[in-house]
Amino acid sequence: MSKLKRRIGRWVPGLLLVSPSLVLLGVFVYGFIGWNIKISVTDWKGQLETDNYVGLFWYKQLFADETFHNDARNLLIFTLVFILGSMSVGLLLALLMDKGVRGENILRSIYLFPMGISFIATGIVWRWLLNSDPGEGTTGVNDLLGLVGVHSDWHKSDSQWAIAAIALPAGWALSGYVMALFLAGLRGIPDELREAARVDGATEFRVYWHVVRPMMYPVLMSALVILAHISLKTFDLIYAIAPLDPRTETPAIFMYLTAFRGNFYARGAAIATLLFFAIAVVIVPYIWYSIRKERTAR
Amino acid sequence: MSALAVLPACSNSGGETKPDEKKVEVFSWWSGPGEAEGLDALIANFKQSNAGVEFVNAAVAGGSGTQAKQVLSDRMRNNQPPDSYQLHAGLEAADDIKAGWLEDLTGLYESNGWKSKFPAGLIEKLSISGKIYAVPVNIHRSNLMFFSPKKLAEWGIAAPAKTWTEFLAQAETLKAKNVKALSVGATWTQLHLLENVLLGELGTAKYNGLWDGKTDWKGADVVAALDTFKKILDVSVVGTDDWQPTIDKVLAGTAAYNVMGDWAAGYLQGAKALKYKDGYDVVASPGSTGVYNFLADSFTLPKNAPHKTYAEAWLKLCASPAGQDLFNPKKGSVPARLDSDKSKYTDYLGWALSQWQDTKTVVVGSLVHGVVANNSWKSEIEKAYGVFFTGKDSAKFAASVSAAYAANK
Repeated sequence: MSKLKRRIGRWVPGLLLVSPSLVLLGVFVYGFIGWNIKISVTDWKGQLETDNYVGLFWYKQLFADETFHNDARNLLIFTLVFILGSMSVGLLLALLMDKGVRGENILRSIYLFPMGISFIATGIVWRWLLNSDPGEGTTGVNDLLGLVGVHSDWHKSDSQWAIAAIALPAGWALSGYVMALFLAGLRGIPDELREAARVDGATEFRVYWHVVRPMMYPVLMSALVILAHISLKTFDLIYAIAPLDPRTETPAIFMYLTAFRGNFYARGAAIATLLFFAIAVVIVPYIWYSIRKERTAR
Repeated sequence: MSALAVLPACSNSGGETKPDEKKVEVFSWWSGPGEAEGLDALIANFKQSNAGVEFVNAAVAGGSGTQAKQVLSDRMRNNQPPDSYQLHAGLEAADDIKAGWLEDLTGLYESNGWKSKFPAGLIEKLSISGKIYAVPVNIHRSNLMFFSPKKLAEWGIAAPAKTWTEFLAQAETLKAKNVKALSVGATWTQLHLLENVLLGELGTAKYNGLWDGKTDWKGADVVAALDTFKKILDVSVVGTDDWQPTIDKVLAGTAAYNVMGDWAAGYLQGAKALKYKDGYDVVASPGSTGVYNFLADSFTLPKNAPHKTYAEAWLKLCASPAGQDLFNPKKGSVPARLDSDKSKYTDYLGWALSQWQDTKTVVVGSLVHGVVANNSWKSEIEKAYGVFFTGKDSAKFAASVSAAYAANK
């Protein structure tokens, strides 16, 4: 048995096992990403596909387009509010759970359930909850706020932050998931470490700050990456709550409208490509970081 | 393109014509209350006169056809056309014609003498480069203003406003009574209002010119009309709801008027059980008396339709007085033909039909409902409107609509 044969014997069965999914991924994910990028540099507008090369025409047009600026700004606000909101709520819930609570299993499921509901259903329920009609027409959260004499226009307000109201249902849906991530992270920290700190006379706050916090960074990073990519591609939730409203329009909605209502397929493809790179900016450093960490761990 | 090669080759199975098969497939988005019953009545009639022909009703549900159009685009690209499909009459068809999907029906119009049976203004709006590609089944009217006569009297307003200037004056009276002058909802209802403000302020000739390049969008009169539109928004309750909750605000007395198409009459009379002239009333929107801002559903003949003979039989039924009178009373619209049976149309529809058949009535086309702008330009106008709505800059809006016309005509 030569060395080469042994090496082949080691990786060929593995490769055969993963090859179906590699082929499918290659075609349906990477192939279509490539196809999409290709469309974005053509002049395809209208029902029939045309493939005359126009270079970065659509990208230049988008960067000069006020609608796209508005949508990008909305997306930024939405992402910030959504990530900060669901991270802090999720972390708080996880810390409370970790402290020990009666009926933890039931509570954990209750907090996780919203994630199981499709964004469309969530959106339809929250459209009602975020109703902003004055007087008798008031429903949902404004009914509660009315008890203390407050009324919010939510996503219909004229404020530039109107889109932040959509982060409320999005955070409602996903903070339970963030809680589960953090809780798993917390449970992964051996009790001996905390005990040791306590024996050394550390207060409970110092135990969390000096022992727990540093060990939670990997979990924090995964939560951040998961939430960021969900935020960038959110479409159904916004579409269900406030379709065709400039105050809550994001690039994903613009892409849908311009491609499938206006037949600007190349422009839609250009927006999709920009969104793809925006997600890559978040994810690629993360992958690079985790690969490097795995190597050093080995 | 290469990525598609691995997909199952389903695209080659269709596309052949089958003249011997006794079957016809009609594609529409008529699945809602009223329209579905109207379609069923047409189908029943078709089956009677074409015994033994299988009728496939391919109706795709979803807001004024947006879902249906995507399903249809896929089928057309894959060369699997139905025998006839629904389209809003007018330039909404321009893309499909450019793509070579539609058969020219001018010959059918001539052999059946249809051209004289429809108003000349309608035929003109239906024609694209001199050819007609669709058969109109029904006519809806966009330039209508709904109100509650009792409430108006309560507020001390003798008659509904005849011009937008008068409307703004009434808004002052209403403001003192803590009532908003107008109720408007989601973006498309705002654009619906905008087209009728433009129509009322500019008059029919200049309004028509907006869509064929003869009226300069950047001109002072258009910008002034857009400024009037902003003033109207200022005295309105602006929501994000669809049209039903928006018109409900008029019934509740939150707002005095609502500008909406005549499908609202069906809703008020049906779901709300209100009597015409008593529970609700309707006039032409300010400045558009004697003008019919129309939109119409129509049927087409796709190229390579598998069962062309029966597709033509379907189109003939759609164009016939009998077919139009079967469908329209149920749908809540008026027949496109001038010689239909007037006794079948009562209440609002009776008034609407007398206006439609009046030879003095001027017919113009709706922007929001696909008559006067192709899909690309229309979606660019919607996009520019989003910027206009937040920034309120009339001149800039006019400039971007004008630039979009040049880029997409």
